Amino acid sequence: MTPLILELAITHILGRGRQTWIAVLSVGLGVGFSIAMAALMQGGEDDLIDQLVNDMPHVEISDEQRDARRQPAEDRFDAAQISGLRPLEDRRGMLNPEEIRAQLSAWVPGEMVWRLQTQGVVRYAGRDEGISLYGIEPEQEAEVESIKSEDFVHGDFNSLLSGGNNIVIGDRLADKLGADHGTTLSLVSSTGQTRAFKITGIFHTGTTARDEGEGYVLLKKAQILSERPNVINSIRLYLPDPDMAPSVAARAESQIGYKSVSWQEANESLLEALVIRNVIMYTVVGTILLVAGFGIYNIISTLTHEKARDIAILKSLGFTEPDMRRLFVLEGMIFGVGGSVLGWLLGFGLCVALSMVRFELSGDVVAQEITRLPLAWSIWHYVIAGGFAMFSAAVAGYLPARKAARLNPVAIIRGAS
Amino acid sequence: MKTLVEARDLGRTLPATVPVTLVEGIDLSIGDNEFVAITGPSGSGKSSLLYLLGLLDQPSHGSLHIDGHDTATLKEPQRAALRLESIGFVFQFHFLLPEFSVRANVELPMRKLGRLSASQRRVRAEELLDSLGLADHLDKLPEQLSGGQRQRVAVARSLANDPPLLFADEPTGSLDTQSSEQVFNILDELVHQRGKTVVAVTHDIDMADRADRRVHLVDGRLTDHAESH
Repeated sequence: MTPLILELAITHILGRGRQTWIAVLSVGLGVGFSIAMAALMQGGEDDLIDQLVNDMPHVEISDEQRDARRQPAEDRFDAAQISGLRPLEDRRGMLNPEEIRAQLSAWVPGEMVWRLQTQGVVRYAGRDEGISLYGIEPEQEAEVESIKSEDFVHGDFNSLLSGGNNIVIGDRLADKLGADHGTTLSLVSSTGQTRAFKITGIFHTGTTARDEGEGYVLLKKAQILSERPNVINSIRLYLPDPDMAPSVAARAESQIGYKSVSWQEANESLLEALVIRNVIMYTVVGTILLVAGFGIYNIISTLTHEKARDIAILKSLGFTEPDMRRLFVLEGMIFGVGGSVLGWLLGFGLCVALSMVRFELSGDVVAQEITRLPLAWSIWHYVIAGGFAMFSAAVAGYLPARKAARLNPVAIIRGAS
Repeated sequence: MKTLVEARDLGRTLPATVPVTLVEGIDLSIGDNEFVAITGPSGSGKSSLLYLLGLLDQPSHGSLHIDGHDTATLKEPQRAALRLESIGFVFQFHFLLPEFSVRANVELPMRKLGRLSASQRRVRAEELLDSLGLADHLDKLPEQLSGGQRQRVAVARSLANDPPLLFADEPTGSLDTQSSEQVFNILDELVHQRGKTVVAVTHDIDMADRADRRVHLVDGRLTDHAESH
């Protein structure tokens, strides 16, 4: 039966050449732009998450605790209310890094990096710039590529091992100071220690905050500068599967007691914003296709009026109401299929064109350099856009089809007579 | 003679603020191999009766048996199936699908019934059209035919599934004299040479007179003026 109904549907549609093309084109444009838009939005999201996952540790353990430590007096005199208690001053930092490392190494998959992070001021040629100073183990940092090797303009992390006091800084910081590779500058720590450090490495990550605000020295040098020998205050875990981060962070925190934050927790509000952005995107895409659906509804509705006599004669021949419904729903679906195929081609073409766009944005106004539009190539964008278009077309066809199927053939035949 | 159509106290009233009675109290039996003409003045309910007998409309009351089936017990899909298999319609206007060729129009009921293969359908359509003098017009569109030719195609389409019963509503109403004569002769031949039963609504007194039987309607009711020939 379907081939006959399909043949009737195609015959009806082909009889309305221009309107058919307009309907197919409107669905096609909706699908095409939806795909391009989804590819851009998804690409942007993937890019952002890639940066979060690749540039940040998957779990960062700091020398803080989630809740303030209970004071000994509170433990000893639990029943009494104590006021004016002056807390013991904690000595900051993780005091037994080797033991912590051993505990974590027993079960944490992936790489582990430890650091001593402190604040400092670099001085050169009369200029002072505040920086975040990281005491690192160069082999560990190189292993996890916290700064990628291709991002080094001069030297690398291993240059810190070349003897003496060496520092690696970002190119923006070097530019601000007027310093260059090989320049010796003064570094003042938060404890007031001042040492001369030679620039043995300059990097350019493209992230402004890093390029003008970070400096890397050997862990031992940082411990001396901050007067905290054998102390670290940050352990970074790089996992083979970033999605494991929340469970690893929870287990690490319960094991060693220090605050362990997964990358998902650290960027919770950002990830929530991405969800909201996706909801907005799919709402817009849905609206575009819904509008295209109105076009289909309009055409099918007109067709059912024009073909009322055909409906009557087909019913008099023995065609049923479901046959008539199927006929006009099928016509709507044909618009949907045609529009989807056209839209897929258009969407693919738009994505190819957008992927070829190259530009350069850098400077103080952008935190991250962009040289291309981030695009995600996913079959699901095509499936979802096509599926929604088909659904929209089927509904747009069904509503007038239901009405047409109920037409009384006698009334139409009498009217025609 | 086998009874093909049996109507008892058949009536149709359109629901409205003031209900409109189309036909009322119809008692009618139509036998196998019979040519019945339904006559009456305009608005007397001839076409309404035909649509009721042809299962295109539902009676408000009364009973109707078609080819042994009590139509009151049939649901719409079964009524449609009975129309497809046992009833052929010819209307005043041909009502051919304009986008389909002559042959495709005739094949349409056969395709819906689905009993014949594509080649069998093709052969049957050609035979029917040939028997109605349309062998040279198989692939033409309806708009390329004259009024009489179109009506003959409509007759061929009504016979596609070889139904025993043919209803014709003013089949010659829109034709010139010569074409009317041709169409009437075809209907007559269907009854007397091919064993069909034809029920035709007509204003044409000559045509009515040449039928086997004439039933006359006035104000929706059968009168005593019915004649047999």
